[in-house]
Amino acid sequence: MSTEHKITTQKVNFKVFRFNADEDYLPYYENYDMEVTSEEVVLDILNRIKWDHDGSFSYRRSCRHGICGACAIKVNGRSTLACKESMNDMVELFGNELVIEPLSKKRVIKDMIIDKADFWEKHDAVTPYLVAEIDENPQSENLVSPEDADKLDEADLCIQCGACHYACPAVEVNEDFFGPAAFAAAYRFSADVRDNSTSRLADVNEEKQGVWDCVKCFECAEACPKEINPIGKITKLHQMAFQEGIAKNNVAVRHAVGFKKSIMKNGVLDEGGLVLYSEGPAIVKHLPVAFRMFTKGKIVPPWGITKSENLDEIQKLVKSSSTAKF
Amino acid sequence: MEKLKYALFTGCTAKQSTPEQMMSTMAVADKLGIELVELTEASCCGASHLQDYDDFLSLVLNARNIAYAEKHGLTMVTICNTCQLNTAMTKHRLDNNEELKAKVNEKLAEVGLEYKGTSEVTHFLYAIIDDFGLDKLKEMVVTPLSQFNIAPFYGCHNIRPSELQNETHKSVENPYNPTSLDDLIIACGGETVDYDEKNKCCGFHVELQAPHTAAVLTGNAIAGAMDGNADWMVTPCPLCHLKLDTQTAHASEAIGREVELPVLHMQQMVGLALGCTPAELGLNHHLAKVDFV
Ligand code: SF4
Ligand code: SF4
Ligand code: FES
Repeated sequence: MSTEHKITTQKVNFKVFRFNADEDYLPYYENYDMEVTSEEVVLDILNRIKWDHDGSFSYRRSCRHGICGACAIKVNGRSTLACKESMNDMVELFGNELVIEPLSKKRVIKDMIIDKADFWEKHDAVTPYLVAEIDENPQSENLVSPEDADKLDEADLCIQCGACHYACPAVEVNEDFFGPAAFAAAYRFSADVRDNSTSRLADVNEEKQGVWDCVKCFECAEACPKEINPIGKITKLHQMAFQEGIAKNNVAVRHAVGFKKSIMKNGVLDEGGLVLYSEGPAIVKHLPVAFRMFTKGKIVPPWGITKSENLDEIQKLVKSSSTAKF
Repeated sequence: MEKLKYALFTGCTAKQSTPEQMMSTMAVADKLGIELVELTEASCCGASHLQDYDDFLSLVLNARNIAYAEKHGLTMVTICNTCQLNTAMTKHRLDNNEELKAKVNEKLAEVGLEYKGTSEVTHFLYAIIDDFGLDKLKEMVVTPLSQFNIAPFYGCHNIRPSELQNETHKSVENPYNPTSLDDLIIACGGETVDYDEKNKCCGFHVELQAPHTAAVLTGNAIAGAMDGNADWMVTPCPLCHLKLDTQTAHASEAIGREVELPVLHMQQMVGLALGCTPAELGLNHHLAKVDFV
């Protein structure tokens, strides 16, 4: 049997975002047609644009090994590590018309190079290091068992590329929001058995900036080239807040807890009741919309809710399986 | 073809704030000759919030729901993206972790149930595409929606995380370029609208805790569809529907532009093409008036 590896080539049209903050008023797109081989990665294309077409084309790269995080850009809206992403896969996903853009168009300095200051500020804000009293003259090593190391759930593999951060819609809309990479870092240290920080978990639970403002869109899980699954870490940070007893009695927290209460009562949710429990007296602000929904037959009063059949089973399971406290 | 039969997990919303979704699901299933056995014993899936508070309880409850589908020996079909995600995620975790499955089953045994992992979990959208078939659907269309530009709104939890899709349905979506709803629109004779927000988040899950974020996302989505010249939007998710249909005032205020479009459930769109009446499809239950029928 032949083990010959066949290199194929195909024509691809690249529409490349160009902008120089020092000279341009508006960004524009430049077209480059190229023969692309199955061996190439996206970074090879960026190199060829610079070397063969336009020496002023700018982008970041350093390790060419998927570990420095410098080369993250977007291809057809998908966050990508240029040095890791094969052209073959890109063409398979999107066809022969590829749009090359920086991670965040509004933060561009030049072409693919963006100002990541907000990313690093958020990173700094979550105490992204181990907080521990260390004996200056320790008698033994501070060993971590394999089981405890597993608890980090690979959050320590983050390369700070920013792919998740600039894919996150909550980051785009809310400038206080820490964003998925910062949460992954917060989880990495909060889950470390050696860590004694008393403020980190509280910080990431603050409204506006913290985990409760995540819209649960899974963009970060999709974007991460290291498969860190930041939203998985966000879920764990939520859970830690309850375990550590620092979850505040606010609308976000009550919204999560309210599900258990409602399920205990009806099996299914009492949607109106959940809003009332979460909002408290602030529910009045929802009344105009609620009234319009009511007139359209979109609201069922508490007495009209069809409870789950075999509700006793559900209640028994809630009682015996639930350990979370609030 | 043998008659298609599924265990229907309605979720809570179809029974409460989107009654039209339940009505249109039944009407479409009836037209297509699909039998739906409603899982009346099912509980809420936790809607991606319960797990933040109590992950294990969320697993047990979702496993219980699937166990009832297994009792019927049927594939579970969901009609809500978030129900789909929570159920599929539970199935994925239990099927890939014997220890966790045993722990969950220990609890389920207390009420005489067992999660085996024998039932598939899919969304009604994918049941129509994968099992019923779009070609067959096309043949059954009596009122082609040819005069309409229809903006598909996919909703996060059907398309992400994409790793779950291989396990739950055959028509695997590219989360950056999903096609199922577009294909469905075309099968119903409509024109699809391509716009940037079609695979983005509507903001539903933070409406209470982060209202500004939620309102901007909703506003951007409707504005994107309007700029794409859409006559209306269509979604497979009742939560996206609720957000896009009922929160237009907040959304308009948040983005500084009046936005409103009719937002149909995908079942309503299919029902219209199949000749169901507006009353059968509950088109009178929307806040944004559906005045084109
Ligand atoms: S899931 Fe949350 S953190 Fe991740 S991208 Fe969406 S909003 Fe951002
Ligand atoms: S979590 Fe993933 S995508 Fe986000 S910065 Fe780290 S490596 Fe990059
Ligand atoms: S160049 Fe270092 S990650 Fe791509």
